[in-house]
Amino acid sequence: MSLDFLSPVILGLVLDATLDTLWMVALSAAIATLIGLPLGVFLATSGRGELFAAPAANRALGFVVNATRSTPFIILVVAIIPFTRLLVGTSIGTKAAIVPLTIAAAPFVARLVEGAIREVDAGLVEAARAMGASPLQIVLKVLVPEALPAIVLSLTLAIVSLLGFSAMVGAVGGGGLGDLGIRYGYQRFMPDVMALVVVVLIVLVQLVQSTGDRLSRRLNKRLRHA
Amino acid sequence: MNAQTRIEPVEAVASAEPAIRFEGVAKTYPARGAGGAVSALCGIDLDVPRGSVLGVIGRSGAGKSTLIRLVNGLEIPSSGRVVVDGIDVSSLGGARLRQVRRSIGMIFQHFNLLSSRTAYGNVALPLEIAGVAKPEIRARVEPLLDLVGLSDKRDRYPAELSGGQKQRVGIARALATRPKVLLSDEATSALDPETTRSILDLLASINRELGLTILLITHEMSVIRAVADHVAVIEAGRIVEHGDVFDVFTRPKHETTRSFLGQESGRALPAIVRDRLRPEVQPGGSAVLRIVFRGPHATDPVLSQISRELGIDLNILSGSVDEVAGRPFGTLVVGVPSDPATLSRVQVFLAQRGLDTEILGHVS
Repeated sequence: MSLDFLSPVILGLVLDATLDTLWMVALSAAIATLIGLPLGVFLATSGRGELFAAPAANRALGFVVNATRSTPFIILVVAIIPFTRLLVGTSIGTKAAIVPLTIAAAPFVARLVEGAIREVDAGLVEAARAMGASPLQIVLKVLVPEALPAIVLSLTLAIVSLLGFSAMVGAVGGGGLGDLGIRYGYQRFMPDVMALVVVVLIVLVQLVQSTGDRLSRRLNKRLRHA
Repeated sequence: MNAQTRIEPVEAVASAEPAIRFEGVAKTYPARGAGGAVSALCGIDLDVPRGSVLGVIGRSGAGKSTLIRLVNGLEIPSSGRVVVDGIDVSSLGGARLRQVRRSIGMIFQHFNLLSSRTAYGNVALPLEIAGVAKPEIRARVEPLLDLVGLSDKRDRYPAELSGGQKQRVGIARALATRPKVLLSDEATSALDPETTRSILDLLASINRELGLTILLITHEMSVIRAVADHVAVIEAGRIVEHGDVFDVFTRPKHETTRSFLGQESGRALPAIVRDRLRPEVQPGGSAVLRIVFRGPHATDPVLSQISRELGIDLNILSGSVDEVAGRPFGTLVVGVPSDPATLSRVQVFLAQRGLDTEILGHVS
């Protein structure tokens, strides 16, 4: 096996691709959180007899979320090309890839946040109501702070999934590690590049996961700290 | 002056109107699925006098949880009214109801503290919700932590506190908005007996010193006995007995009340007697008679009087002298020769001296 992949050119390509991946994932994760967090809170609190009871809206949103999540990512990428073009002016490239990534991740985040919020003890909501808290105060002062450790873990999971999704956006000319791996590693028969790409992805996932775990543990006051 | 008038709440003079009044309250839950509508409460009329402690006792499912939740509008009655401090809570909604809730504190069986907040943060929560300014919050929370004896646990999270300490935080939190009424929902049911005792002492002192009206629900007579002035016994959504704690303890009228009192002092029979007890007369045996001594008669030497004046010897099976609601109360279980003449002479003699008797059964 040659050591060609250590050449400055190859290393430069991998570095560029890593930065592309990082910024695609970071930006889409951030926007997906901004959209998914409130949607998740709404999903968790709008059922019949709940804080913001709106069963019809709850069902409608639930349907949209399910529909988005059941569409294979690669199909989603292609299917929303007109929308992507409308939003960022182009359907090709890294910037354009952020749109489908966000749209795929937001419902995922919403479901995860919903689960985290539903895990909060109903007794706490009752206590807050007994104190005279408004529904919004209950969300901001009780539900979200109490669910925060679980929400952080959910976001970690979403970011890891986005790293995987981002490998597919090469199909529409999005850059990043996945694209590099396919074009050089597969199409140009450079298995060493492929291997390097995989190693970088593994390292990224490890970093994201361990950071998320650590942050969540720090926020979780339910555990006794020595 | 007697113990009743020791420290009067500040507003006691204002009116004789009760702190909480239930007027013909019923609560029915609508049918779900195949089952019919469920009636949780029915025909509840109950007053909680200002500055008093009223205990509601009932088994699980009797409706006591629903009853207490009507007071702060966590449940809405299907009919009737719940009036707290002159305000008909059942007719309120939205911001007005939230306002009223701030004048009603509540503590819970499982404490319901936020795990993400320290003891201080938990006590501060109702004040933040009420929009109190930071410095004012600080000025109120510190003395409350002091009051419940947790100043040194100020920055501890609930996970680092014992059950009793958590409930103390719960109590401090319930008092933060300076409520007039405190609702206690099985507040000691998850605690061990010793911790229960200390929490009940704390509630009693809060009632005494702050003049706070307390409505508590429980399934334990010992809780009622430790803190309540009045007791209501609830069974299948209805109040079956209601009165002064001493009266209900010493002269229970309803079967449910008696069964709750079963484990209380003076009412439990020693196993050796209980196992031999038969409902029918045992020829040549004895009737087992419970004599209840209330208040001024609690220490009367009636047994020696009976043997002296009637010439009948009684056999003491068990007995105790105790105190309920600050008044002495004794019970004595004796064996009396079971021939009807002797038995009735003993009962008449005791009745003339104002003592209650109850035939529990017969032993051979």
